[in-house]
Amino acid sequence: MSSIKIRSKRIDGNTQIRTLIAHPMEHGRNRDPMTNALIPAHFIQELIVKHNDKIVATCTMGASISKDPYFAFLLKGGEPGDKITISWVDNLGGQDVEEHLLK
Amino acid sequence: MKLHNRRTFIKKSAALGALAASGLLNSAPANSAWLAENFRPGKLDQTLRQLFKDAALNETDKITIKIPQIAENGAVVPITISSSLDAVQRIFILVEKNPVPLAAQFDLSPELLPFVSARIKMAETSDVIVIAQSNGAFYRAKERVKVTIGGCGG
Repeated sequence: MSSIKIRSKRIDGNTQIRTLIAHPMEHGRNRDPMTNALIPAHFIQELIVKHNDKIVATCTMGASISKDPYFAFLLKGGEPGDKITISWVDNLGGQDVEEHLLK
Repeated sequence: MKLHNRRTFIKKSAALGALAASGLLNSAPANSAWLAENFRPGKLDQTLRQLFKDAALNETDKITIKIPQIAENGAVVPITISSSLDAVQRIFILVEKNPVPLAAQFDLSPELLPFVSARIKMAETSDVIVIAQSNGAFYRAKERVKVTIGGCGG
């Protein structure tokens, strides 16, 4: 199952794109409560939003973004059947991608 | 004996150095947009200098920041930014007192309205600063958020 969930909604002729990603977003300063060992940093560094294969947003982030990141954007216009693709890459080389068609 | 100790010390430190280097390599994948310098821990001033050099940051009321004034849980602070500036190409979210002040940078194409929502962590009560780049100029707005439980505990 993909780590990315995408929802879209028409608002006044524009399209709101919301995404929720399952990711720990560890900043590397937390300790494991059981072993007291530092939990290594593990966070998304880059998130790319594409509209019909054209990049519309490139987001770079640090670990100051909350666990299980949520983002929302507003796309001008947007037609039913348009494809939204969201992908991320984290600091350990992990990545995921998900597609969504506007209704 | 002394010499031997020094040898082993040198050997060990070399091995440690190699480890650190490989660790660093692992943590920086082939990712051109993500700049480690921008997300370096430090003070807000240093990050601002790194990001904007000497560019003027104009205070503006054309950026609207929707964020709770009191955050009960610093680990999840919802923030929504919108702006009436035209042609906003970039939006930066910075948290003054976080160990790494820059939370996120959004590069937006003209197909998007100047609007982003996110959820950020806040270590303690501090200012949240939003900087928007529009037509080559930078505009700044800030909002103070009181945090009752810090976001460092995860």
